[in-house]
Amino acid sequence: MTETEFEAYVQGGGAVETGDPMPDEYRAALIKFIEMHGNSELMGVLPEREWILRAPTLQRKLALTAKVQDEVGHSQLIYRVVEDLGKPREACLDDLIDGKTKFHNVFHYPTRTWGDVAVIAWLVDAAAIISQKALLKCSYAPYARIMKKICWEESFHILHGRDCILALMTGTDEQRELVQEAVDRWWGPLMQFHGNPIPADEDPMYRWRIKSQANEEARQQFLDGYVPQIWELGLTVPDPKLRTRDDGVWEYSEPDWDELKHVVTGHGPKTQERLDLRRWSREETAWVRSAVLADAA
Amino acid sequence: MIWEVFRQEREGLPFQHGGSLEAPNLVFAEAYAREFYGRRDESFALWIVPREAVDEVREPYVAEVFDRDYRRVDGYSLKVKLKEARERAGTAGAR
Amino acid sequence: MSAQELLALADDELILGWRNSEWTGIAPFLEEDVAFSSIAQTEIGHARAWYELAAEELGTDADALAFDRQPDEYRSARFVELRLVPDWAATIARHWLYETADAIRISDLKSSDDPRVAGLAEKIDREEIYHRMHADMWADRLRNEPRFAEALETLWPYALGMVDGAQRDRLCEGAGREPVTPIERGEHADELRPLWEEMTMVRRSIPGATW
Repeated sequence: MTETEFEAYVQGGGAVETGDPMPDEYRAALIKFIEMHGNSELMGVLPEREWILRAPTLQRKLALTAKVQDEVGHSQLIYRVVEDLGKPREACLDDLIDGKTKFHNVFHYPTRTWGDVAVIAWLVDAAAIISQKALLKCSYAPYARIMKKICWEESFHILHGRDCILALMTGTDEQRELVQEAVDRWWGPLMQFHGNPIPADEDPMYRWRIKSQANEEARQQFLDGYVPQIWELGLTVPDPKLRTRDDGVWEYSEPDWDELKHVVTGHGPKTQERLDLRRWSREETAWVRSAVLADAA
Repeated sequence: MIWEVFRQEREGLPFQHGGSLEAPNLVFAEAYAREFYGRRDESFALWIVPREAVDEVREPYVAEVFDRDYRRVDGYSLKVKLKEARERAGTAGAR
Repeated sequence: MSAQELLALADDELILGWRNSEWTGIAPFLEEDVAFSSIAQTEIGHARAWYELAAEELGTDADALAFDRQPDEYRSARFVELRLVPDWAATIARHWLYETADAIRISDLKSSDDPRVAGLAEKIDREEIYHRMHADMWADRLRNEPRFAEALETLWPYALGMVDGAQRDRLCEGAGREPVTPIERGEHADELRPLWEEMTMVRRSIPGATW
């Protein structure tokens, strides 16, 4: 198959399996995209895991542990896909820790209160799930298949998030304030999360059907789904321009694209600290991998 | 070592590929397969197989040039013959 | 069975579950991270069940018992309070010794006069099958690692202190080790207070709130 034929094949809905011939650029683009997803799941664990230890009830402790466990599990599924494409897990972890590869903006920020825990499970996960659902249609079949399992497991996280938020919003004034304060801090990163609006036409990620949803479409879907939920609880969003037009499209203040770029290139408030934690725990447990996984680094 | 995990969603259903995982031996692979494909009670049973034991065959059908309609449901046309047989038996029209 | 004895069981499971969940997200490799996290969750689930039984007697609820007591009111053994991250050898050594000791303890509880205790011990025993398999799997894999042997040696007196009287002989037999002077339950490890502070910080921030 020529590149043109390959492009026509995937655009026509054709699926690509691991052993199939594929253009080098397609393989490279896949690895880069999927690796970043794996990195994000793995780094996303770090802001949340501290709160497992601090959870205020046994039920929340269990639910949060299960959620974080799922995310580790997702990173396993995702890195396995990358490994089968040709880049071993240890190489992915090396590059992540050395700052050579990226992970999503939201995981570079601090979590300060239980309000953050609830808002992350409610809104940040929601933003991520919108992108993940779009990936169910990815032309690379092994990735589309794991996305099915991932989306199914994420459905539990949404319920947990909603439950935490509702408990806080029906609690004391102080608890309600925790939520509002967290929403105020997370709104900026949330609006940046889906990336700046770029036209799909020229982007190879769309031509190859790796991505099938434009960034702006994802953001609009998020706003459609969640701003009403935010407002109905009596919470405010820190953007005076946020509103729907007559045609239903959401208008909002331009997100800070400079901040997004700055953060994902490794300069977020918590980037270094979290990468250092990964480096440290990896070094301390290297002997275990040598002892147990014969061909590990 | 990489192991492939096949899972049976419910009793009696076919085993379907669930995913793969890394483990040093079968004992570890089983422990991890349980976790990944069973911790939510989502599988009735699992098969765990070393990846190298799985032989993949792509485009399995070997004979595709000559028509083999006798192997397909649409290769049979019974309407005309049934009508004739019923007329012979005097049962045409009776239902 | 007294409420205090129930609390000892519950506190052991809660604190050990808390310590084991310190590994969630940073375990040696991803597959094991998921498996070990299940073990931590099961421990906390078992803690909750014992707290619920004690709560009936004490006229309170499981969360209040788990989180609203002062550090010196906990009845956990020092064994479970020790902070072992990032030492995987010590973590597995504790895991294996704890499961061996707990199996003996649970076995006795299954024949308790109190039907609720016996019933709960029975249920817990069934879930513990996976913990024991996991511990055995790792103990076998690490059997030639000097750090594992050293960790077992260091933690052994703590493990003995987790159980009482005749159970200790059975533990020696189960672990294949000679008896030593146990580090008795009663005094807490220095690590318990910082653990408690972190564990209860959200809950204490707004006392009486529903979360």
